[in-house]
Amino acid sequence: MIEIKIKPNEGFLNIDLKELWRFRELFYFLSLRDIKVRYKQTSIGVIWAVLQPFLTMIIFSIFFGRVAGISVKEIPYPIFVYSGLLFWNYFSNSLSSASNSLVAEQNIIQKVYFPKIIIPLASTLVFFLDFVFSFIVFIGLMFYYHFFPTLTGILLIIPALIITFLSFSGLSLVFSSVNVKYRDVRYALPFFIQLLVFLTPVIYPASILGKHQWLLYLNPMSGVIETMRIGLLGVGTINWLAFGSSALLSILLFLLGLLYFKRSERFFADII
Amino acid sequence: MEKIIEVQNLSKKYKIGEKRERYYSFRDEIVKLVKKPVQLMRGQKINKRDFWALKDVSFSVKRGEVIGVIGRNGAGKTTLLKLLSKITYPTGGQAIIRGRVNSLLEVGTGFHPELKGRENIYLSGAILGMTKKEIDSKFDEIVEFSEIGEFLDTPVKRYSSGMYVRLAFAVAAHLEPEVLFVDEVLAVGDYKFQKKCLEKMGRVSQEGRTILFVSHNMASVSRLCNRSILLEKGKLIAEGPTPDIIEKYIGLREEVGSEVSWNFNEAPGDSTVKVKSVRILSDQNTPNYKLDINKDFFVEMTYWNFVEGSKLLPCIRLVNNEGVIIFTANNLPSVCLKQDDWYDRPSPKGLFCSTCKIPANLLKEGYYFVNIVIGNLAGLLDSYSHVYKDQVLSFEIIDKDGLHKEHHSTMIGVIQPKLDWKTEYQSGK
Repeated sequence: MIEIKIKPNEGFLNIDLKELWRFRELFYFLSLRDIKVRYKQTSIGVIWAVLQPFLTMIIFSIFFGRVAGISVKEIPYPIFVYSGLLFWNYFSNSLSSASNSLVAEQNIIQKVYFPKIIIPLASTLVFFLDFVFSFIVFIGLMFYYHFFPTLTGILLIIPALIITFLSFSGLSLVFSSVNVKYRDVRYALPFFIQLLVFLTPVIYPASILGKHQWLLYLNPMSGVIETMRIGLLGVGTINWLAFGSSALLSILLFLLGLLYFKRSERFFADII
Repeated sequence: MEKIIEVQNLSKKYKIGEKRERYYSFRDEIVKLVKKPVQLMRGQKINKRDFWALKDVSFSVKRGEVIGVIGRNGAGKTTLLKLLSKITYPTGGQAIIRGRVNSLLEVGTGFHPELKGRENIYLSGAILGMTKKEIDSKFDEIVEFSEIGEFLDTPVKRYSSGMYVRLAFAVAAHLEPEVLFVDEVLAVGDYKFQKKCLEKMGRVSQEGRTILFVSHNMASVSRLCNRSILLEKGKLIAEGPTPDIIEKYIGLREEVGSEVSWNFNEAPGDSTVKVKSVRILSDQNTPNYKLDINKDFFVEMTYWNFVEGSKLLPCIRLVNNEGVIIFTANNLPSVCLKQDDWYDRPSPKGLFCSTCKIPANLLKEGYYFVNIVIGNLAGLLDSYSHVYKDQVLSFEIIDKDGLHKEHHSTMIGVIQPKLDWKTEYQSGK
């Protein structure tokens, strides 16, 4: 029999995994809702998922590739920047959507109990789907430019996705709960994400910074993007130290996010 | 029997402003940070008041009981349900619930306007805590209960508000928790559907489910709940059989009782008319607010007229506890059995007393409020009145042994007159 205790203070970091498991279907239904709603009233539907990175690629190629003259040896700039956007878009779209998710769902939060962590996490599944579609386009680009992935690169796709997931989850758990109290987050976040794209080797290779590259790797997405670019396009050698530090940083970010979220979660319904 | 809910000294404190302000911003915090030392230096008290939405509430509920939670607005009813359903957390005390809980604080939580009825059933069901399997197995029942039929595959944004509520409630009505918390959700939808929901809930309680039911509607509380608790200003002030608690609740309202009178200075009215007192009488001179459905009763209004020659129009309105105005009565000849002596007659200065007899077997059982109006025949068209005061008194119509022997609940409708019936046998076919 279930016994529910309601008390002023719970343990420091008390995550009820059993409960999360019981609510797994809610995760599914919320994600499904986001996916359906997103394509419900659009006329070209899923194509948007592909069009966004593709058009960004063209624009970036013109401005950064041609005008700014960022040169990347052996890799044509369009596929270079697309390989960066692939993971970056998954990261940034998820981050901004998850960070606003609690505020967007305030009505549910005030009326029903369930583990609130489901809300930010469920809001990102739709962007994973986008990732899959834009990956298909990426495969097309690889054929077009005659690049072949290395086996290591293929094997690293899953770990890279996990690192990306942990990074945006960790950050958005903090941002979304701060957002409940201070709505400033909603305005500051797009700006923050815009800046972050320049602190990540999306449009330029990490090597551009020479011996100061390590600074870039304080951002866990740097390791993911650099490594996957090398692995999938088969050009250059993988910097395992960078990838490893990305993994470590993402885990730390996730734990930090979890901790902060758990601590503030109890008061969401009161202040939202 | 086993206690399924045990609440001990449960308390919830809000800082004043916390609930009211929409949200904070960093700027506010910075302003506060700067202000604080300045205020401290000047010896000003920092304006932070605590507000106890709930204070030291203790009670317990046995398995299978249906408990009514009543109280005025802001008494802490919803806070109690929110604490028990873990939506928000207590400042002090604790509660133990032994069983699977569902709470219904709103109809249609999580509905998305873009999604179809079918999709919303699953979404809302999942948000309320049902598993997909449960929803699958009850899906047809839910659709049937909601009466939306062919609109199942239409986005709910195209629904009428009635359809929307019916679908939303149909989902909620099929929850099968061991403990169910229900807030004022039945106040929506048409009467027929409300009744259907109440019946469904009644059945649910017969199946041994425990329900905590918050409502302003005394009729449905008394129909559903044997026992009730009464909250007032965050404290539990009474607990016991529902009729007793409802009586206490009615007594709690300042404006209530079988008679009310005012000091001259506080009396409702203007420079022409002031009301001195209002009484409900079960016979010519006995104030009483528990009235037998089979007997006539009287509403009596005493008032001063200050202006020589004014033509006054005394008027009462009866309102049931769902807020429906049952009727308006005044002494216009077309709505009186016989003409009132002082109708359309210039009144001298002085004290007047108007009494209205309300016939037996007109109102159905339940609680009623009296609103008073004193108008002026001269101002009848521009609807100006000297006195206009709502809910000055309340009373209860009791149907001790009539209808209940013959019918399982009260009948649909706002009144319950005794009428002539005649049935004839016409032919063999």
